[in-house]
Amino acid sequence: MHKVLGDKRAIFVLLGPALLVYSLVMLVPIVWSLFYTVQDGNPITGFTFNGFDNFTRFFQDPAAWDAIFFTLKYALILTVLQVAFGYLLSLMYVFWLRKGSGLIRTVVFFPVVLPTVAVALLFQRLFEAAPTVGPVNSFLGILGVQNLDWFGTPDASFWVIIAMDLWRSMGFYAVLLYAGLVDIPDELIESARIDGAAGWKLIRTIVLPLSLPVLLSSIIFSINGTLKVFDTVVALTNGGPGNATTPLTLYMFRTSFAYGDYGYGSTIALMLTILCLLFTVFIFRSTRRDLTKD
Amino acid sequence: MSATTAIVTDSALPVRRDVDPKRRGPKDFFRRLPIRLLIAILLIIEIYPIVWMFLGSFKTQTEFLNEPFWALPQSWGVVNYVEVFTTGEFGKYIVNSVIAVFPSLAIILILGTAAGFALEVMVWKGRGTVLLLFLAGIMVPAQMILLPLFTIYFRTSLTGSLWPLVITYVALGMPLTVFMMATFFRSVPREIFEASTLDGASIFRSFFSIGLPLVKNALFTIGLVQFFFLWNDLLIALTFTNSSDLRTIQVGLLNFTGEYGAVQYGPTFAAISVNVLGTLLIYLFLNQQVMKGLTAGSVKG
Repeated sequence: MHKVLGDKRAIFVLLGPALLVYSLVMLVPIVWSLFYTVQDGNPITGFTFNGFDNFTRFFQDPAAWDAIFFTLKYALILTVLQVAFGYLLSLMYVFWLRKGSGLIRTVVFFPVVLPTVAVALLFQRLFEAAPTVGPVNSFLGILGVQNLDWFGTPDASFWVIIAMDLWRSMGFYAVLLYAGLVDIPDELIESARIDGAAGWKLIRTIVLPLSLPVLLSSIIFSINGTLKVFDTVVALTNGGPGNATTPLTLYMFRTSFAYGDYGYGSTIALMLTILCLLFTVFIFRSTRRDLTKD
Repeated sequence: MSATTAIVTDSALPVRRDVDPKRRGPKDFFRRLPIRLLIAILLIIEIYPIVWMFLGSFKTQTEFLNEPFWALPQSWGVVNYVEVFTTGEFGKYIVNSVIAVFPSLAIILILGTAAGFALEVMVWKGRGTVLLLFLAGIMVPAQMILLPLFTIYFRTSLTGSLWPLVITYVALGMPLTVFMMATFFRSVPREIFEASTLDGASIFRSFFSIGLPLVKNALFTIGLVQFFFLWNDLLIALTFTNSSDLRTIQVGLLNFTGEYGAVQYGPTFAAISVNVLGTLLIYLFLNQQVMKGLTAGSVKG
């Protein structure tokens, strides 16, 4: 039996193609990209070795720092907001709507499947100030706020990006966290209720600690996704006004393809990868410490 | 003292009895009002933009400029949609997307399932390491591989066709598919495969006649998840489509507004509607599977 289940030839036939494609198109380019970071040029002009110039350039480049700062600000704020909103929604599904939450869950979830480009173009129109007044500005007008040019200032643009991604993703996180909440045994919540825990206290002492693992994986997933933000920004603001909403991904894209600077582009990509790794490890470590403390 | 209490209870009782059957109604209603209001606002925020988009796709430029945003379209003509498919060339973009996405999807599912089977059901040294190798790919940003790939496609003259998209899509879809398939095969009792092997089935027969039918539903779910990822992809499509003839529907939509000077509202709204329609229809019919699949695809941290 072990001869069949451990048949080397069969393993090669079944695993080989997937591993080959994966290695050639993912692993080899990753290593290849590392070689680009110590070179200058692009495939058309050719490459020249320039040591660590790209790295010193990166750390002295104000545009790169702006991009890092924007990426971090966006990732942290959006992660907190989308996990928080998702968690509140999931608590609402479980404790207020109970069995009747199916339809609302489905409706709030749906924007996740829409193409980002389409949603971004729609949000451009929703937040439009001129020549037509979009729904958001019309609504604010009723409240007495004057017509706001959302895409004209860095701060307003930033919040439109956040609003759009929140609109798209909160239903997704709600369903993700809902699955974790449903897994909490009913008896546990019932016995806590009998012991006199209710409302906020019940959530804080019983529900929150028990849903910590799924909250954690949501946060890691969210950080990993938001640090790589590209589609949203490209389609909604295209990095503007000026470079105010340019994340590392878009800066890398422009450097490489608009300016043909592959060496520096790879360096930015590597920095982004390191940033993603650091955050994931950091979140893992910080929660492990918490668990040992308990 | 007792008299007053008597009076109070006397006057209070009939009133209470009068309202009793309905008492729960209004009180319950007011207690639940905040949450109902909250849900109503939530639903409006989620649904209204889409309704507004579909209505807008029938409006004319003057309607957009002169009417408030809540006005309904004056006619239901499809002029804007005609514009999208003629000037906008959306038909070509949709065909490009279909050509790039569906073959990729098929290859991803076949290779990923076979690899998941080899990694989870079969017994050999080093399978844990290979699975980890696949997993590592989930975290690395795609930007890391774009430039070398661009060089490769450029040198092999694949640039100028849809091949770069298909190849890149297959590789990018591999980690998640292999990982999810391995997870699904793990939940199948090993005894089934051991029994089939004892009965003399070859490993390929075990894979095709026993493994595949068992994970048929999982295959559908992963296919759905990967479809959304590929269909909605912008980064890869933007990088490797160098001519307007190769644009996928996402790249086409991104460039659509740029093709006019001022914003043409009606056609823009129609283009967004066409773009959204596909995924929206799938979600309408398969929402439960989509929700299950997309959330399952993320719980890997």
